[in-house]
Amino acid sequence: MTLSISELEEFARKCRVEIVKMVYRAQAGHPGGSLSEIDLISALYATRMRVRPDQPKWEDRDRFVLSKGHASPGMYAVLAEMGFITHEDLHSYRVLGGKCQGHVDMKWCPGVDFSAGSLGMGLSFGLGCAVAARLDNSERRTFVMLGDGEIQEGSVWEAAMAAAHHEVGNLKVILDRNRIQNDDFCEAQMRMFDIPAKWRAFGWEVKEIDGHNMEEIMSGLDFLEATNDKPAILIAHTIKGAGVSFMEDNPAFHGAAPNDEQFAQAMAELGEVVA
Amino acid sequence: MSDMAATRDGYGQALLELADNPKVVVLEADLGKSTKSLHFKKKYPARTYSCGIGEQNMLLTGAGLAASGYIPFASTFAIFTERAFEQMRNGVARPNLAVHLCGSHGGTHTGTDGSSAQSIEDLAIYRTLPNVVVMHPSDYVSTLELTKQLPGLNKPSYMRTARNKTPVMYRGRESEIVIGKGITLRQGTDVAIIACGVLVSESVKAAEALAQKGINATVVDMHTLKPLDGDLINSLVSQCGAIVTAEDHNVIGGLGGAVAEHLVKNTFAPLEMVGVEDRFGESGQSDEMLEVMQINSKYIEQAAHRAIARKS
Repeated sequence: MTLSISELEEFARKCRVEIVKMVYRAQAGHPGGSLSEIDLISALYATRMRVRPDQPKWEDRDRFVLSKGHASPGMYAVLAEMGFITHEDLHSYRVLGGKCQGHVDMKWCPGVDFSAGSLGMGLSFGLGCAVAARLDNSERRTFVMLGDGEIQEGSVWEAAMAAAHHEVGNLKVILDRNRIQNDDFCEAQMRMFDIPAKWRAFGWEVKEIDGHNMEEIMSGLDFLEATNDKPAILIAHTIKGAGVSFMEDNPAFHGAAPNDEQFAQAMAELGEVVA
Repeated sequence: MSDMAATRDGYGQALLELADNPKVVVLEADLGKSTKSLHFKKKYPARTYSCGIGEQNMLLTGAGLAASGYIPFASTFAIFTERAFEQMRNGVARPNLAVHLCGSHGGTHTGTDGSSAQSIEDLAIYRTLPNVVVMHPSDYVSTLELTKQLPGLNKPSYMRTARNKTPVMYRGRESEIVIGKGITLRQGTDVAIIACGVLVSESVKAAEALAQKGINATVVDMHTLKPLDGDLINSLVSQCGAIVTAEDHNVIGGLGGAVAEHLVKNTFAPLEMVGVEDRFGESGQSDEMLEVMQINSKYIEQAAHRAIARKS
């Protein structure tokens, strides 16, 4: 798919609207991390992912692993925009029997390749997918999205070490550096110091971008696609809750739904007319 | 029953025999020399992945491979698989990805490494996971056969093997070994001894001692704890009317627990459990540990007498 920067921005805006609607309808869920990641996932799916929405299990599809699986509304919105699921399916978010489970789940939703929900697991799973692609002599790539709080899980670094050791160059990571985790700012919960240096020290190629600037995102995705001799990570500096003023940089909206008044304000800010 | 071999060697041999299937891959966590996946690694290095000393990553790398059409066999010590329990739960069992996990050096039989290496809870914890098949074979041949059947399962599994040698019992009887089906080793009508792993041969010894006292015991090798062979247990209850379970594992949640759950839900018979009585081990030789834990043939025989005495 070839989209202009402004078309990508519109794609992401529509997804933002759906994210807020999903969380509002369910009166539960994780809007903050969905809004911080959405420009990245939108650009990734709309311009890079080799997938077939009408054939979600196509063997040689690129894999996308949303390791921070609580930020599922972001992924569901993109899957709906891409045609893997319908916009009507988005109403099943957190509803019994729904495709849109609370955390993304490969057993429930077409287009989802990983059953998430427990932090720190996606990079290892993605590593397995990438190794399988290499054994198959397939050109398919595996993209993994990690949260920044998530990398406090020790097993992430087991995977980081293993991916570099095995020179798994078809493994590409995007880190949503939104600086907030469940209880508070990362700085308060567990300081992570020099994150780019840590990944470099583990043998990875590293690039940092503004995760809300579409031009920078495109060059960041270029970097991921061009790095094939070793694993690569794109550290995207983002704002939790980006696009909805009262959610921005606000730990309270990591995992909380807007009330009626807040919902109306969010829709207005996102340029959406609600009937 | 003269020749002796370790079940972990049966696992290692099975991997070699499975290698013709190009989808079979092996994952190691720096204990391939011990779990015996090293033979596969030597012959098929391109299909063997070293995960370093990182069990959590190993389990999930296996999940990613399984989700991509591969059949991963991951192994480490039984005790260290437990570090990755949540990965097994959330990353493997929940999406029902056919990762085959082997925990070697299970039980107090492991010996002189001491209590930190003697997993006495692995069978219990994996038995609680939906979709997961749980096995603890007793000899080299059955371990080889059961492992070779795993690619046909299409669901995840946990198999405990043992470090030290046990009698080889099934040479020439390979066709009797099927996942989910207990094997009757000896027929009697006074009491049924249901055992797994290293205590199967101890149970046979106990049955021989009982026979000298005029007591005829059935001995069953229940190598698969889940799914449990409930039909066989029902027939043992009607034939013998008293049951003994024997396992080198905590009496809580393992084979004894599984049989007890089945009995109370289906049919009744007095049950005596021989197993580790909810305590940790220590350094000792295998035979010494079975004595310290009171789980060798002598204690199985005593349990048989108690079970028979409780028959109404």
